[in-house]
Amino acid sequence: MKIALLGNPNTGKSTVFNMLTGLRQQVGNFPGVTVDKKQGSVKTPKHTQQLLDFPGTYSIFARALDEQVVQDVLTNKQHPDFPDAVIYVADAANLERNLLFFSQLYDLGFPILLVLNMWDRAQRKGLRINVELLQKQFPAAAIVTANARVAIGKDRILQALDALPSQDRTAFHDLDLSVLLTDSAQTENTNARLDKLRNLGLVQSASTTTVNNSMRLDRILTHRIYGYLIFTAVLLVIFQFIFSFASIPMDFIDAQFVRLSAWVADSLPEGLLSKLISQGLIPGIGGVFVFVPQIAILFFFIALLEESGYLSRVVFIMDRIMRPFGLNGKSVVPLLSSVACAIPGIMSARTISDWKERLITILVAPFMSCSARIPVYTLLISLVIPKSYIGGIINLQGLVLFGLYALGILFALGTAFILRFLVRSGKPGFHLMELPEYKAPRIYNVGIAVYEKVKIFIFDAGKIIVAISILLWALATYGPSSRDQKLKDLQQQTIYIQATSLEQQEQENSLLLSQSYIGHFGKWMEPAIAPLGYDWKIGIALLSSFAAREVFVGSLATIYAVGDDTNINKRLVQKLRAEKNESGQVVYSLATGASLLVFYVFAMQCMATLAVVKRETNSWKWPLLQLVFMGCVAYLSAFFVYQLLI
Amino acid sequence: MSQTLDSISLHQLVEISAIASSAIAPKLSEMGLTKGQKIKAIFKAPFGDPIAYEINGNIISMRKEEAMQVEVQMA
Repeated sequence: MKIALLGNPNTGKSTVFNMLTGLRQQVGNFPGVTVDKKQGSVKTPKHTQQLLDFPGTYSIFARALDEQVVQDVLTNKQHPDFPDAVIYVADAANLERNLLFFSQLYDLGFPILLVLNMWDRAQRKGLRINVELLQKQFPAAAIVTANARVAIGKDRILQALDALPSQDRTAFHDLDLSVLLTDSAQTENTNARLDKLRNLGLVQSASTTTVNNSMRLDRILTHRIYGYLIFTAVLLVIFQFIFSFASIPMDFIDAQFVRLSAWVADSLPEGLLSKLISQGLIPGIGGVFVFVPQIAILFFFIALLEESGYLSRVVFIMDRIMRPFGLNGKSVVPLLSSVACAIPGIMSARTISDWKERLITILVAPFMSCSARIPVYTLLISLVIPKSYIGGIINLQGLVLFGLYALGILFALGTAFILRFLVRSGKPGFHLMELPEYKAPRIYNVGIAVYEKVKIFIFDAGKIIVAISILLWALATYGPSSRDQKLKDLQQQTIYIQATSLEQQEQENSLLLSQSYIGHFGKWMEPAIAPLGYDWKIGIALLSSFAAREVFVGSLATIYAVGDDTNINKRLVQKLRAEKNESGQVVYSLATGASLLVFYVFAMQCMATLAVVKRETNSWKWPLLQLVFMGCVAYLSAFFVYQLLI
Repeated sequence: MSQTLDSISLHQLVEISAIASSAIAPKLSEMGLTKGQKIKAIFKAPFGDPIAYEINGNIISMRKEEAMQVEVQMA
């Protein structure tokens, strides 16, 4: 039997889901849309049932994307996800409004279990709920009380599921599906239901309910100065973790995959298969796992902020600032996270329920300078920007770095502003949002949220990343047969014969890369990148750094036969400074360096981002458009910078 | 005299008298904003928009343009 879990947002619905399913759950998309579909199995005393968690909504009438899913599934008996029964989670402390959606589901005829959750909170608020009267009004429903935060009520829910009444019923209030068609019919039906529910006299309150506790905190957290200061402080903490502490597990993961590669290369007989596994497949998988610490850390904090209720305050204070750019307050977290890494940033855009605003956020997020650009920026800045001070205090190199970050942010917002007019959307975005009461986050829910995001990334985006990285590896490792002759020629030259064996290896690697398929492609496209100030060697580095931006540095090191040691940057800078072109001019001039810097601010150059955008937009259309658009912006701006400076 | 919800001053209790019909009208209703309900603005975001309202013990945040759809009178 398929059971749907439904309810308003902030009712502890996902806590109920986690309580009932534990780790027996998996996340996917509803067919055709990118709205989370969480499924899990529930063991009742008699059966094992499939539980399907739907997005939290206030009614069956849809406006936003996630509401549309609820409406589409529940009003279409042919839908593959159409449920056989419903568990409805209601916030007992807020019963009347919560019963609106419940009464709609009741009238649609589903066998239904009403869970009055947060029962303790209702009692603390001095609310007395007449459950008998409620049962009398909805005789075909089963009703239980629960307090899922402390796992109270699990047995009651499980037992009730085995005995769900499914008899015919008289409707609470007529719900003809033609009501769905017009706004005014929807409003009328809703108002009539709410009036009826309120007039039942289900809830008696001992004292007038207030929101005073929350108010005191909100006065500070949404203050026009302290509000932003506190948010900035929270961000600093998160960034500190992602930038500094994530590198420890990332280096560890990296090292393990290098060891694994070496072990496979040693134990398998030499040949194509061994090479494919040890140099193509394993580093490819390593390139997926290396993102896990950043994703886990970011979603740990996001889940923490969301659970506590603070995240909706961030949305509240940022909404007005983001609106002129076609974004909303919820775009802030994805965009700012992208300064660390666009991958978790884009994945976190899922909280934006309006499809147009979500899409725009995803499309502009990779313009934010992420941490993978830092090695590229550092190398190029130390190469072409003099270490001088402006007015004796401002470090010129630092100023350029700041400028690159600012350029990315400006472009992200500017593009969003333009996209606002280009992306079509059916219904206007709105910001009607509940600010939930603050509460202590439940670490179990946070853990599950992190686990799921990591799993989605590894299994969904991971496949694409591994495939592209094997392709790039093959193109860089193999070359036309003329390569062997060139290698023999090299081995007879004095410069090779007199070199140490380490240097010989470096020279060979350099030749092998430049004679590989990627090398040939780099040479072939030289005329196209010459106007940007690049030669074919830079072309090779650009092509291979599509895997990830920081690969640019490693590729240049291989091409210029600079070994893979700790002083790679220093030796590489010396080598690059000495590089002259055929007419005797320095290759890495200020113009070329600046052009490259600008190129890396704008170009997509990250296959993992591409894979994640594919996953989050559910089509190849958007990631490919994004790739082309960002590539064009990068090309044109690099062209202007080079032509201006030369 | 009737005003719209976006223009009432903070901490002033008012009663909803009408909601203009629009695409978001059903959404306002299901958040509990219906005729006859008491509501008050309790705090505002920097720049005065969006605004947070208390209704039935809940805090709901609304943009000004959305609050403009709600007609209120002194309670």
